[in-house]
Amino acid sequence: MKNEFRVIADLIEENTKVLDVGCADGTLMKFLIENKNTNIRGLEISKEKVQECIAKGLTVIEGNAEKDLKQFPDKSFDYVVLSQTLQAFLNPELVLSELLRVGKRAIVTIPNFGYWKVRFHLLLKGTMPITKTLPDEWYSTPNLHMCTIKDFVFFVKSKKIKIFKSLSLNNQNTSLINDSNLEIKNLFADLGIFLIEK
Amino acid sequence: MNIEKNIKELIVKKPLKLDCGKTIKDYPIAYETYGTLNQNKDNAILVFHALTGDQFVTGLNPITNKDGWWSYAVGPNKAIDTNKYFVICSNVIGGCMGSYGPSHKNPNTKKAFGTNFPVITINDMVNAQFNLLDFFGIDKLFSIAGGSMGGMQVLQFISNFPDKSRTVIPIATTSSHSAQNIAFNELGRQAITADSNWKDGNYSSNNTNPGKGLAVARMAAHITYLSKKGLQEKFGRKLQEREDLKFGFDADFQIESYLRYQGSVFVDRFDANSYLYITRAMDYFDLAKQFKGNLSNAFKTTKAKFFIISFTSDWLYPTQENKDIVIALNSIGADVGFVEIKSDKGHDSFLLDVPDFLNALKNFLDKSYKKIIYEK
Repeated sequence: MKNEFRVIADLIEENTKVLDVGCADGTLMKFLIENKNTNIRGLEISKEKVQECIAKGLTVIEGNAEKDLKQFPDKSFDYVVLSQTLQAFLNPELVLSELLRVGKRAIVTIPNFGYWKVRFHLLLKGTMPITKTLPDEWYSTPNLHMCTIKDFVFFVKSKKIKIFKSLSLNNQNTSLINDSNLEIKNLFADLGIFLIEK
Repeated sequence: MNIEKNIKELIVKKPLKLDCGKTIKDYPIAYETYGTLNQNKDNAILVFHALTGDQFVTGLNPITNKDGWWSYAVGPNKAIDTNKYFVICSNVIGGCMGSYGPSHKNPNTKKAFGTNFPVITINDMVNAQFNLLDFFGIDKLFSIAGGSMGGMQVLQFISNFPDKSRTVIPIATTSSHSAQNIAFNELGRQAITADSNWKDGNYSSNNTNPGKGLAVARMAAHITYLSKKGLQEKFGRKLQEREDLKFGFDADFQIESYLRYQGSVFVDRFDANSYLYITRAMDYFDLAKQFKGNLSNAFKTTKAKFFIISFTSDWLYPTQENKDIVIALNSIGADVGFVEIKSDKGHDSFLLDVPDFLNALKNFLDKSYKKIIYEK
């Protein structure tokens, strides 16, 4: 399982109600049920992935976060998780506000476009960066709205969204992000993980 | 073949007040079972049939000598595995396979009820079938499942008896019959009643049979169960056993011949008045209306786990109508899963060999059952 999922799981308290938006094959859901005894639902757009979740005995709804989050009542989940997909939505601003409406808290992870390998790739090669977390070519990437950790932090602050915890992830190393190390983390973190609330 | 011999029957003594205001009692419910009820009585699945189905879910239907209507889904090692689960299905009241319906004799006149049979609803159907739980001594079903009108009964059943099933599987259905569906049903009813052999519903005492009208009703309905793409791929403009058009009104095209055949075999196994009664019950179905327009309230008190399934090419009970049920359940935080299965086979997909559907159904049931056993 991805290290990212372990970090997300650490942010989630036991016996809570969780919605995993874009739950894919349900790996994180299964881990949270087994380790945190969560009451968890998944929302997934791919029919194949939905079938994989059903085969694991997970409760999953086939649907699209941009259209289908609105059916959930306000604050109906303790946590709403969105892993590495915010940048793939047509309207990430809307999705983020929906996550924070449906969930008491949201956990959002973003591939960091400010990561040094990304910057170097563009600077030296002059072609669109391809890294472990950004594996697709420019013409086939699902990503529409790439951002850096810094962009995301500025964005949520401008929306008066409270950041409870920000973590940076680089390979196996997790560390806290704060105002004083933001520049450094923005350069050296592959992935940003944020626990937020509105 | 002796029809009575092959039909298991429960005579319900308890009076049932119907939605139309009339009360029935001492009425028969014809049922069939598959698999074995275990000692804990926790492995029972109540299956509800669609408009023209019956209690003979799988194996050979002893009346028609054809495969049961859900043979692809139900049986040993199948999605609804009768090696594990005890499957019960009964003919709906208003039907014509042994349950109380318009072809039963009115004890006062000694003639078939015909249109003197009370108009029944989906609510009446499930209230009648609920008696099967007492009969088998089942406190709580493991699951209830059904497609189309069977799905409507699933929804009504869990609304009426919120703690009587652990899981709930409505398939290719709706919580409220649409204008388009009422229109198609009305077309079928008009075809039957326009047949001069219908005789205001008294055809059995007149020794006639409105077979032509019933066949037309079936043909029209059958088109709605398929998809345009499915029809085009299967039949296209292929001609029926001829080299060229015959410039007449015989069945030149294979699709015409196919529909005529579907109509003719249907007449042999189905009663015209039952067709009127059951389509009426579907048209009257509006679960939200029973709860002052708020569908969520129909499910407010149930802790059951829902799994809703729709099909991409089903235009009779389209995905959106199935999704409306999901939305109603999500808005009250109910436990609900949903999947739309890709299939070109139209509304009939739930009856056919559609592997993605059958796998999802099997996985959902088996994983849910395992969890229940584990929790015990």
